[in-house]
Amino acid sequence: MSSTASPHAVRQSTRWPLTQGRFWLTLLGMSVAITGLLLLFNRQDPWLMFLNTASITFGCALSIQILLNLAIRIAGERRPGWPPLAWTVGAVLLGTVLGYTLGGLLGNLLMGRGMLNPLSGLNSRQVLASLAFALVPGAIIVWYYHTRERLATAEAQAQNAQRLAAENQLRLLQSQLEPHMLFNTLANLRVLIALDPARAQTMLDRLIGFLRATLNASRLPLHPLSEEFARVDDYLALMTVRMDTRLQVQLHMPPELAKVPVPPLLLQPLVENCVKHGLEPQVAGGRIEVKAASDGHQLLLTVRDTGVGLDAAATSGTRFGLSQVKERLHTLYGPAAGLNIAAATDAEGGTLVSLHLPLTPTSPSP
Amino acid sequence: MTAATALIAEDEPLLAAGLKADLARLWPELQVVAQAGDGAQALALALQHRPQLCFLDIRMPGMTGLEAAQAMAEDWPHDTPFPLLVFVTAYDQYALQAFEAQAVDYLVKPVDPARLAACVSRLQSRLQDRLARQTPADALQAAVDQLRGLIGSASSAGTTATANPPRMTVVPAQVGNVVHMVPVEQVVYFEAADKYVRVVTADREHLIRLPLKDLLPQLDPQAFWQVHRGTVVQARYIENAKREESGKVTLRLVGRSETLTASRLYAHLFKGL
Repeated sequence: MSSTASPHAVRQSTRWPLTQGRFWLTLLGMSVAITGLLLLFNRQDPWLMFLNTASITFGCALSIQILLNLAIRIAGERRPGWPPLAWTVGAVLLGTVLGYTLGGLLGNLLMGRGMLNPLSGLNSRQVLASLAFALVPGAIIVWYYHTRERLATAEAQAQNAQRLAAENQLRLLQSQLEPHMLFNTLANLRVLIALDPARAQTMLDRLIGFLRATLNASRLPLHPLSEEFARVDDYLALMTVRMDTRLQVQLHMPPELAKVPVPPLLLQPLVENCVKHGLEPQVAGGRIEVKAASDGHQLLLTVRDTGVGLDAAATSGTRFGLSQVKERLHTLYGPAAGLNIAAATDAEGGTLVSLHLPLTPTSPSP
Repeated sequence: MTAATALIAEDEPLLAAGLKADLARLWPELQVVAQAGDGAQALALALQHRPQLCFLDIRMPGMTGLEAAQAMAEDWPHDTPFPLLVFVTAYDQYALQAFEAQAVDYLVKPVDPARLAACVSRLQSRLQDRLARQTPADALQAAVDQLRGLIGSASSAGTTATANPPRMTVVPAQVGNVVHMVPVEQVVYFEAADKYVRVVTADREHLIRLPLKDLLPQLDPQAFWQVHRGTVVQARYIENAKREESGKVTLRLVGRSETLTASRLYAHLFKGL
């Protein structure tokens, strides 16, 4: 997921924060706090002490900042975003030494001590202690950076996920409200109104049912299997008006399974595939069978056609319908559900799609 | 002038009946002499009845309306005027763009009565025109030019073309349980034969199960030329090309005694420099 987050957003978050008042205020507050702390142990002029601390704090912060930005720029050539851990640690350590030295020099200058090396006159333990103390601003800077980075990445990811979901829904809707199907159906309806008004009305009712189900599909998480079969029946009734004797339909749902909850319009894309890629290209047309069964634990659904078969159908059309059904099953049921597509094995040929899902809706696996 | 004749090719029976009824109202003299439910039938019936007009649905099983029209142009007898074509489609942006570009008549389903009326009066005046001053050969040539312009238009096959498949270097041709690897350089021509394609070299021939339209994208278009809806020939094996009176071109081959025919749609490939 993180790899799909826009690198643009990440780069934004790691840009130079010098223009941000919050950054300067943090450093100032830190200097005051450290000065106060030092004054507890070391009685000196508070103002001079503050100048010295602030110089070192700002020196460290700026050095680390510069080094980190450099690291991000160099490492970012290969991989955008936060540089590897080793680079970060290196930048903080080097920045601290550099910042402490330069900041200390500045502090000494300001306090009128001249160009005195801030580390001179200290024994090795004192040097280590001072440097360790000076690590505090660095750590805070890194923390500040990291938090910002994380927030920005999370935000980018959330936006991305939202965009993907919206895109997916749009594609789903587009695939179900396919213009070719819709306009051909309307053309048939137009003819039927003149020829056979009663049949036209029935066809219109089917179309209404189909459209309503399609537009509502994304709102309900589950609906009864009987409802699912009714929608498949609507669609196939529309197709039968169009294809006439070229399409034969067999739907079979045992009454005891009528109330089993299933995701809405789960079968729709599969049935559409059968018609569009299996039967429509075949001059003689063929038969489509949709069946529900149960083995006591699982609901077994099969969609079968006697069309041109997988090999011939593979060259036409996209597999969007199929992958979309797989994806929905996976999000809802995890490994408890599955889909399989294969060539029908009997003499009539065609394609067989079978899917299984739990009889009772379980909470989705993470 | 005898009554105009028409063929309607539409795989959905109600739509065919609807178009026929609408035409009967707008053009009572028009005789619908044949109705076809798929592309191959449309081709056969058109050649048999030789109507003056053809209404062709684009998406039909077997052969699309466009493929049927191209096949008609290839097989049409050169002494009979080629029918005026009207393509019918429910929704096909690419095809419509191509029709616009080639000034081909088309109707969009559901057919708007006013649009159909305009189409009818245009067809009527073009039929008059044609009687007055177009020879059958001119009419055929005009149709061939238009259809040639439509070849390769994105939706001519009604399917989304797969992204450039890799070029084939050898053709695996199975005979029994032996697969012969035929180098493409040795292939003189490919010829569609029912569900198979014949792979013909100078001294042998094999059958492969791949349809010609799936094979074509895997061949180098510089080396292999489609010369007919069912024939693809390797250009360097063409010894000479002779233009016939019918507008077709007869190809003599290097290393083969038989000749091939380039159809009118592809005859332009054989113009001398």
